[in-house]
Amino acid sequence: MTEYEPIIGLETHIQLNTTTKIFCGCKADSWFDPPNTNVCPVCCGLPGVLPVLNKAVVEKAVLLAAAMHAEIRDLSFFDRKNYFYPDLPKGYQISQFDQSLAKGGYLEVPMVQQGYTRRVGIWKLHIEEDAGKTKNEKGRRMIDFNRCGVPLVEMVTAPDLRSPDEAAQYLMRLRQLLRWLGISEADMEKAHLRCDANVSIRPKGADFLNPKTEIKNVNSIDAVRDAIAKEIERQTRETEAGRKIEAWTLEWDEDAGRLKKMRSKETEADYRYFREPDLLPVRLTAEWKAEILKDLPELPLERRQRFMTQYNLPEYDADILTGERKLSDYYEAAVKEFGGDPKKVSNWLMNDLLRMLNDRGITADQLKVTPEFLAQILKLVDGNTINTSTGKALLQKVEESGLAPQVIVEKEGLAKVSDDAVIRAACQEVIAESPKETEAYRGGKVTLLGWFVGQVMKKMRGKADPNLARGILEELLK
Amino acid sequence: MELCDLSAFVITQQLRQKKISAVEVTESALKRIEAVDGRPGMLDAGSLTAEDEKKVHAFITVTTERALKQAAEVDRKLAAGEDPGLLAGVPVTIKDIFCVKDTPSTAASKILANFTAPYTATPVERLEKAGAVVLGKVNLDEFTYGSSNESSAFQPSPRNPWNTGRVPGGSSGGSAASVAAGEAPLSLGTDTAGSIRQPASFCGVVGLKPTYGRVSRYGLIAFGSSLDCPGPVARNVSDAALMMQVIAGHDAHDSTTANVPVMDYVKSLDQDIRGLRIGLSPDYFRIAFPNPQTGEYEIQALPAEIETAVRRAAELLAAQGAEIVENVPMPNTKFGIPAYFVISRVEAASNLHRFDGVKYGYRAKGPFQDLTQMYRRTRGEGFGPQPKLRILMGMYVSAAQYSEQYYKRALQVRSMIRRDFEAAFDPQGEHKVDVLLTPTCPTTAFQMGAVYGDSVLMQYADQLTVPANHAGVPGLSIPAGLDQDGLPIGIQLLGPDYREDILFRVGRAYERATENDAWRSEKPQVLR
Repeated sequence: MTEYEPIIGLETHIQLNTTTKIFCGCKADSWFDPPNTNVCPVCCGLPGVLPVLNKAVVEKAVLLAAAMHAEIRDLSFFDRKNYFYPDLPKGYQISQFDQSLAKGGYLEVPMVQQGYTRRVGIWKLHIEEDAGKTKNEKGRRMIDFNRCGVPLVEMVTAPDLRSPDEAAQYLMRLRQLLRWLGISEADMEKAHLRCDANVSIRPKGADFLNPKTEIKNVNSIDAVRDAIAKEIERQTRETEAGRKIEAWTLEWDEDAGRLKKMRSKETEADYRYFREPDLLPVRLTAEWKAEILKDLPELPLERRQRFMTQYNLPEYDADILTGERKLSDYYEAAVKEFGGDPKKVSNWLMNDLLRMLNDRGITADQLKVTPEFLAQILKLVDGNTINTSTGKALLQKVEESGLAPQVIVEKEGLAKVSDDAVIRAACQEVIAESPKETEAYRGGKVTLLGWFVGQVMKKMRGKADPNLARGILEELLK
Repeated sequence: MELCDLSAFVITQQLRQKKISAVEVTESALKRIEAVDGRPGMLDAGSLTAEDEKKVHAFITVTTERALKQAAEVDRKLAAGEDPGLLAGVPVTIKDIFCVKDTPSTAASKILANFTAPYTATPVERLEKAGAVVLGKVNLDEFTYGSSNESSAFQPSPRNPWNTGRVPGGSSGGSAASVAAGEAPLSLGTDTAGSIRQPASFCGVVGLKPTYGRVSRYGLIAFGSSLDCPGPVARNVSDAALMMQVIAGHDAHDSTTANVPVMDYVKSLDQDIRGLRIGLSPDYFRIAFPNPQTGEYEIQALPAEIETAVRRAAELLAAQGAEIVENVPMPNTKFGIPAYFVISRVEAASNLHRFDGVKYGYRAKGPFQDLTQMYRRTRGEGFGPQPKLRILMGMYVSAAQYSEQYYKRALQVRSMIRRDFEAAFDPQGEHKVDVLLTPTCPTTAFQMGAVYGDSVLMQYADQLTVPANHAGVPGLSIPAGLDQDGLPIGIQLLGPDYREDILFRVGRAYERATENDAWRSEKPQVLR
């Protein structure tokens, strides 16, 4: 049997998180709003209206283009893409065609488990307006114009992806980046990030491309992975059976977990692109560009690499800590504040704070345990003022009260007791209360020492310095 | 002479002196409409009566109540000592291609016959804010596609007040006819290839196509978006300047409007013209026309009367101290129409996409087999022949396989035409012209029915006006006498970007020089 290699390209539509739409003052995001409530003459395409470009859209798209290592054009144009559809109120979509904002670029996709990185080329990156939404209900076609004029970036990759996993990873990395840059909520379930996948297969090692199919309507990263896997299976089966793959458009039926044929694509549609005469070209002056790129942060993959080298973190830790920008900012601030072992900070973050974030559904910047407070707790533990379990309990207390760790330690008397007399008294009490264990220990079962220490800790509500307690117990039990 | 025959300038003066009231002026205009306009344009008008053929038919909708209310408000402000605005109490008509809130905005098409706009176009809003009294919406060629008004879906179509057997020109025919017949001193028109200047010329009134981007297009139902210019139609140059003062300027709703300060047009009117360099171009004294049989271009001279009117104007301006510069080459003038045919149709076809029966306007009666049938029947029944021709041609020349040889080429021609003007107006150039003086049209008003049906011939009526639209420069048409049939002749002044002030200045100088001409006391037929 021939071994096949899948060739995958993704076409994504990214909803930018601007306050208003791209060409009018209507609210951009309508996820929670009833149909046709965020509309005006401009986005509904009434006769006589004109678009006015929202500058924030250009700025966010420029950030994305820069993060994609694309060439950013100082002069780009809007074009009309003409086609008829009821939810396209003007009968054309304002988009960018041959002179779009960005040219080229790539995204690196680390395949952590497999141990390689796939560089995915970007073929297209342009700004456009969204169309409305059509819904068929009881034989009636219902149109919601809320989404008309919502700002999008359309980004199309080269056919550089080689597995369903790579496609899923690409989307995860893209989502991470979009949120990192703060330009999109990138929530696939809310259609902030939409994806169509182009899939074909060829014998491994071949350098030609076979006809591809296009999979539409995939609403989650898992669905993209599943749909592509299914389509690769189908194409393999068909090819093995000697049948030709035709350029179909397929629809992913999430509930049934299968692909449905939407239509055959015989010819390319002619959209009769021409320059949008109602808008001026986008002129990115050097000053404006500098102003925008001033806000371009260190990118997640760069920071991931730096965490590994600068802080000596394992790849696993670095990956998680750079999964989200606020978390990684938090980590870095805590490391600086702490001044001790960065791995220790990582452990506390990954074990305790991440759970806290997940449980409460908040982001790192919303924690009452600020990086400063975390560092203080770590210092208290490191300096033996409190023990580790007190430290972890302290995290919760700080988060609940917002008080500084030191304040709580003093108020609640959480500091470890290192007064020999107090601990000695507790040890004597424990020994007196445990004649059986004392006898056993003295009879040679020295492993019971740990149990005695535990009892002392219990008696002193965890505040005893365990090393001191151990020494005293050893002495008394001799 | 009735109040409605006064100029806008005089009306505002007398109003402020409390000699007249805005309501009186409005009533006078409404009375004139009653007397000369006949029945308004409508769908299913039936056949024309002998009475119809003697009337002007400028209007589609007369908004009597709205007008009287606006006039009363002006009077109230005057009485209260408030500033009523630069155009206080001046009746205006609006070409029915502009949206005006809560009034039918039809574009003279069946497909928008039932459309009531929910917002007001910027230039109309500015007129109303300046105290102008909007009398209603006037007729035009369907979607502005024509040069005679005969293509309006609202019949009877406007007739030329100087001779009701003649067309008023177009597409702002209702605007020019209403101003010529004294129904209003001012009208707001649009000019895509000559649609203000040509009807102004045919009807013996003043019409300005401003610089592209000088007046906002917001609310103007688009034809050729890169060519469309709203502008004033008036009975004299001063009134046009006054109206321009109100409507010009940047608009946040139209990103193609210029952020260039608006000149004081009114002040420029009475400056003399000494030292101004006025160019004459041989390319504007002939027209090139494709022979319908061979397709070859034939060059024809203009009618002598028209050339004479231009040459006389040059002499009169020279006598006031202007320098006449002969033989300014404008070699690409003859390509204006073919390039326009392509560019305007591509934009028009796209601009017409939104009329699909889904959201507003006409929808054919169902049931439909599918969506496509709904589109086809709606558009098939809703559009008249002119929009259909534009869609066919526009879709053809913008198709992927033809776009390069038609659309892209037309855009190149457009740049060449622009360069002709840049060279002529270049202060360091050979000719250093301040304005070009040309005829407005190759003919005076033609007979109703004489050209309609030949869309190519009709388009050539715009040959001398369309270059300004390609280049974006301003053009002013002013009346310059009557031909042997008693029909108005228009002459055109073309200037550099944003220099409407020079056009007004020269136009006013010409008016002063001819104020005692016999033709100036002639009245249009409908007012005799």
